[in-house]
Amino acid sequence: MVPLSWYLALSAVLFTIGVVGVLIQRNIISLFMCVELMLNAVNLSLIAFSRLHTDVTGQLFVFIVMAVAAAEAAVGLAIIIALFRSRETLNVDEADLLKL
Amino acid sequence: MEFSHILFLGLAALAVVAAFNVILQRNPIYSAIGLIVVLCSLAALFLTLSAQFIAAMQIIVYAGAIMVLFVFVIMLLNVRAEETRIDKQKYLKWLAAPLFLALLAEVMAVVQYVNLTPQPLPSANGAADPQGVLGTVENIANGMFINYLIPFEAASVLILMAIVGSMLLARRERKEDVERIEKALVAQQEEEQKYEEEVAA
Repeated sequence: MVPLSWYLALSAVLFTIGVVGVLIQRNIISLFMCVELMLNAVNLSLIAFSRLHTDVTGQLFVFIVMAVAAAEAAVGLAIIIALFRSRETLNVDEADLLKL
Repeated sequence: MEFSHILFLGLAALAVVAAFNVILQRNPIYSAIGLIVVLCSLAALFLTLSAQFIAAMQIIVYAGAIMVLFVFVIMLLNVRAEETRIDKQKYLKWLAAPLFLALLAEVMAVVQYVNLTPQPLPSANGAADPQGVLGTVENIANGMFINYLIPFEAASVLILMAIVGSMLLARRERKEDVERIEKALVAQQEEEQKYEEEVAA
């Protein structure tokens, strides 16, 4: 039986990698992918705890998190497309004004 | 070392290597492929945790729809690999690795500090689940449609809002919109002129 702390440690490592990715990436789409990596790390943690307590609530939470992540990905990518149309660049450093 | 330990370590190593790939690659298509590998290895880990439905949903929804959307957008915007990064402050990139290790040490310290023996909960028995009944479709449907119906319906409304919002944000400028905005600007300027004439008189 794999101890629970191993799953939590893996979740922590993936989350930390996601955080560092958000901070060092310059391409806006890769930045968004690192945010999705963080969400997946939290999903793993939720399912590990759901298995610990033999309660299905954790898995339902993960289901809703996946739905929210899908909606967020759709809207975020639409915003990126709109941003790209007016700036012609995907570099995050160039997007430093609130004006589109 | 049981088989389950070896399996976990193999999948965890694959997930971590692919995650490093996601953050360190210059070409965003390679980052997307790395993220797909992370998602598939996480789906395998969900299977070891008796979450069969969630593992299938992870493959179908996350790796099969969301990542495909990412790849479509990368190809639509014709994103190239970065040639060179022109950093404004050159010394900051050397701070990334030590700070990463510091953050990891902090998170690990918190994980070790948490008390992991389960307190007896009123509804859970915390027992082993030898047949893997926990994550079957029947069990999930039981919980979702009886106790958690409102979050389910709210999620469907959220997805509807996301559809409408993304269609509105990503469409091209249409000629009717441009003409309407120009007409409104012209009308506003005429009103301002009239107001100035009134004030002058």
